[in-house]
Amino acid sequence: MQTTLEAIDLRCVRGERTLFEDLSFTLKGGELLRVGGPNGSGKTSLLRIACGLLEPDRGEVRWGGGNIRGLKEEFWARLLYLGHANALKDDLTATENLGIACALAGIVVDGRQVGDALGQLGLAGRENLPARVLSQGQRRRVALARLALGDHAALWILDEPFTALDAAAVGTVQRLIGGHVSRGGGVIYTTHHEASIAATVSRRIDLGEAG
Amino acid sequence: MIAALRCMIMRDLLLAARRNSDVLTVLLFFVIVVSLFPLGIGPEPKLLRTIAPGVLWVAALLASMLALGRMFAADHADGTLEQMMLGATPLGIIVAAKVFAHWLVTGVPLVLISPVLALQFDLPQELLGVLVVSLALGTPVLSLIGAIGAALTLGLRGAGALLSLLVLPLYVPVLIIGAGATESAASGLGGSAQLLLLGAMLIVAGAFAPWAAAAALRISVE
Repeated sequence: MQTTLEAIDLRCVRGERTLFEDLSFTLKGGELLRVGGPNGSGKTSLLRIACGLLEPDRGEVRWGGGNIRGLKEEFWARLLYLGHANALKDDLTATENLGIACALAGIVVDGRQVGDALGQLGLAGRENLPARVLSQGQRRRVALARLALGDHAALWILDEPFTALDAAAVGTVQRLIGGHVSRGGGVIYTTHHEASIAATVSRRIDLGEAG
Repeated sequence: MIAALRCMIMRDLLLAARRNSDVLTVLLFFVIVVSLFPLGIGPEPKLLRTIAPGVLWVAALLASMLALGRMFAADHADGTLEQMMLGATPLGIIVAAKVFAHWLVTGVPLVLISPVLALQFDLPQELLGVLVVSLALGTPVLSLIGAIGAALTLGLRGAGALLSLLVLPLYVPVLIIGAGATESAASGLGGSAQLLLLGAMLIVAGAFAPWAAAAALRISVE
C-alpha cells in the first residue's frame, strides 16, 4: 500500500485574501510534518485541503498517486482527521461518543478497547459521564482517544491537538504521535506549543502572513 | 458499511430519546394545528369530512418542515459532520441513515396519531386506513426531499425561512397525491392509484435524495 501524500502547487483564497500559493510538499510514511504560522495564516485551511474537506483554488492533493477527490472513501478509510471541533455529542457518554467515532471511521472496536483508549488519555472512571459535564480539556481528551485506536489510519491530520490539554495529556498525545510515526504512519499537525515528538524525519512548513 | 448504517440510526434514536422535547414539539404542533380547524370552522360535519384529508396532510407537512432545520445543524455545529464526510462509509449512506432515523422520530408519531385526530373531523372509519397508509408512504418522502433543502441551507443566516421557501414548493406534488388518496377513496373510486404513486415517489426519492443531500452538504461545509 502506497502511503505517500503529495500536495502539488496548492493555492488557497479565502474571501479576498490569498492565504498561500504554489505550496507543495510530500509526506511519506514515517514522517512528521508540522505546519506553523500565525493566526489566520491558513493552517486550518491547508489541513482541510489535505484531507479533502476543502477544494483548493488551484493544485491538487494526491494519495499514493491518485487525486484524493477521486479516491474519496478509499483515502478517507486510511485517514484520521481531528479538527478544532471535538465532534462530541453532549448527551452521549465518552464511551458512546468514541464508539460512534470509530464506527464512522469504519473500524470495529469492542468495549474493552474503547475503555483502554479512554484510560490511556487519563479518563478512567469518567467513561460513562455525559460529555456535557466534562471540562474542555477532558472533552479534548475524549476526541484524542481516537489516536489510541488509530492504527488503521496511515495518515493522521491533527488540527491543534494540544489545545486545552494539561502537561500530562500533552505528553501522552506526543507519545501516541511518536509511536504512530515510528510504526510508519504519517502525521501532519499544527500547534502553537513547542512540541517535542520523537521522529526520524520531522519537517516544518511555515505559512507567513500572505500579502 | 452496514455497521455504520446501524450505528448512525441507533445514535440518532438515542439522541432523540435523551432529548425528547424535540420529538414532542413536532407531535404537539401537529395535534394543535389539526385541532384548530374544527374549532375555527365550527361543527359542520359534511364540510369537516371534506376538508379532513387536506387539513391532516397540510399539518403533517408543516410539522415535518418544523423538524427539518435540526436534521444536520447539531452535527454541523459540533464537528461530527466533518467526521461523517471523512468516514469510511459513503456520505450518501450516512445521510440515508439520518433521514430514516429522522422519519422514525418525527414522521411515525404523526402517522400513528392521525386516525385519532381524524375522528375530530368525523372521517368515516373505512377511510382511516387509506389516510394512515398515505401518510406512512408520504411522510418519508417529505423527510427525504426536506433533507436536500436542509443540507443546502446549512449554516446560512435565516436558514429556517429560506428552507421553507425552498422545500414547500417541492412538497406540493406529495400533498396533492397524498390528500387525493383519501378524497378519491371517499368518492368511491378507491385510493390505490394515489397510494401506488406515493410508493413510486418514495422509491425514487429514497434512491436519489440522500446522494443529492450528501453533495449539498459537501458544498455547505466548504
